[in-house]
Amino acid sequence: MNASHDLIAVFGGIFGLLAVFSLIGAGLKYRVARGQPHGVIDNLNARIKAWWAMIALIGAAIWIGPWGVIALFAFISFQCLREFISLTHTRLGDHRALLWSFFVFLPAQYWLIATNWYGLFSILIPVYAFLLLPISSSLGADTTRFLERAAKVQWGLMICVYCLSHVPALLTLDIAGYAGRNMLLIVFLVLTVQSSDVFQYVWGKLIGKRKVSPAISPSKTVEGLVGGVLTSTAVGAALWWITPFTPLEAGLIALVINVMGFFGGFVLSAIKRDRGVKDWGAMIEGHGGMLDRVDSISFSAPIFFHIVRYWWVA
Amino acid sequence: MFVDRLLAAALCGFARALTGVRALWLGSEPDARPRVYFANHRSHGDFVLIWASLPPPLRRRTRPVAGADYWLTTPLRRFLINRVFRGVCIDRRPGRSGPNPVAQMGEALAAGESLILFPEGTRNMGDGLLPFKSGLHHLAKAHPEAELIPVWIENLGRVMPKGSLIPVPLLCTLSFGPPLAPVEGESREAFLSRARSALLDLAPPAD
Repeated sequence: MNASHDLIAVFGGIFGLLAVFSLIGAGLKYRVARGQPHGVIDNLNARIKAWWAMIALIGAAIWIGPWGVIALFAFISFQCLREFISLTHTRLGDHRALLWSFFVFLPAQYWLIATNWYGLFSILIPVYAFLLLPISSSLGADTTRFLERAAKVQWGLMICVYCLSHVPALLTLDIAGYAGRNMLLIVFLVLTVQSSDVFQYVWGKLIGKRKVSPAISPSKTVEGLVGGVLTSTAVGAALWWITPFTPLEAGLIALVINVMGFFGGFVLSAIKRDRGVKDWGAMIEGHGGMLDRVDSISFSAPIFFHIVRYWWVA
Repeated sequence: MFVDRLLAAALCGFARALTGVRALWLGSEPDARPRVYFANHRSHGDFVLIWASLPPPLRRRTRPVAGADYWLTTPLRRFLINRVFRGVCIDRRPGRSGPNPVAQMGEALAAGESLILFPEGTRNMGDGLLPFKSGLHHLAKAHPEAELIPVWIENLGRVMPKGSLIPVPLLCTLSFGPPLAPVEGESREAFLSRARSALLDLAPPAD
């Protein structure tokens, strides 16, 4: 089977599932909430509706091709960086460093994917941004909490731009016997990690009792974590046929990226609690901000990229 | 008239796109009665953002109070403040001879319109809030029927700080607080410090 058949099969399956979930959501609204406002059910329905839009957007980007996917993730990075820097305190002296981050490093990182320049892609932000941005900030001649400010800008770039850019960078990997199918690696990564978020939410709502860490996240439970990670690991293993992996390998890799994804959400929750907010933004109804939706991908994408690059690229 | 409105709508649209502005109504709701929105001041874009986050019908009836010494100096600024923003231009200089600023602002309130006022009197380049000028107090005494709504503008000072040409596209949040309750026989100092802390209460915790 060729790549577009597989893509159509996978997306057809997702839309079918979404249709089922939408029916369940409407049923719950009708039977349990009797059409009245109901916090949990309304939030569930808002989330399902947003999923339709998000899946459609990813599908459209994949249909356009590599440029579509690169542009989509560049936009996601832009929105995440916006949300991240908006919630962290920077000072007037950082203005130039922020301009560099938004208008030079972010586009450059994605341009390097488009031109397939892996060497610079892998060090642009960890080395060059790391050294140049504090130089720019120091020229602002404001020493108040200087190290803290420099660290925050760098951290934002790493999480929102560098890590996320590893998703479209999967398109540049040259895997023997897998030519022309790299788009499916992105589908595997995004689907597995996002399904882990969904199943953690579902298991948590159904049987969640013990909180993982009430100080960091009031909604994450041990039952939700274990159930979610295991279920989506099974999802990953079941998707082996769209990857270059065997079913066992697909399951192991899914386990690793799901655990990383969980901790992505966990770490970013710790930052949100410290800033006294629940969500990074209000862009996606029912989900919060863009960064709330992709925090798990940010933490799992580089690891997934390296696993594939180390063991599958000749 | 049509061009003025179109320009106003375009500027609001641009401000919304650049800042993704979100209005949080914490203790008050959008309402057509005469109000004085008083806010912290970091950027010339401040009143555009307050404007942009009000529902369109209220927008035309809400007028920024602006310093004549800045806004009336060039033809472009004059056009913007008089025609597009319909500002109330007041003379901030101490030894002024022209019309009384409080009377000018009062006329707008008496006509059923609302005002946007920056009681710090100037753009604040540091953190927190400067001490308030007394205009808010005079206005409150002369127009007890007008509601005083504190509005904290978060982040706009970072989007476009003084002297920078390119804005950073950070997200801005406007917090509209509850109306300031009137207190009988309150001194000017007590009133101004109460108004100032009502505004500071809306600010996110400093780190």
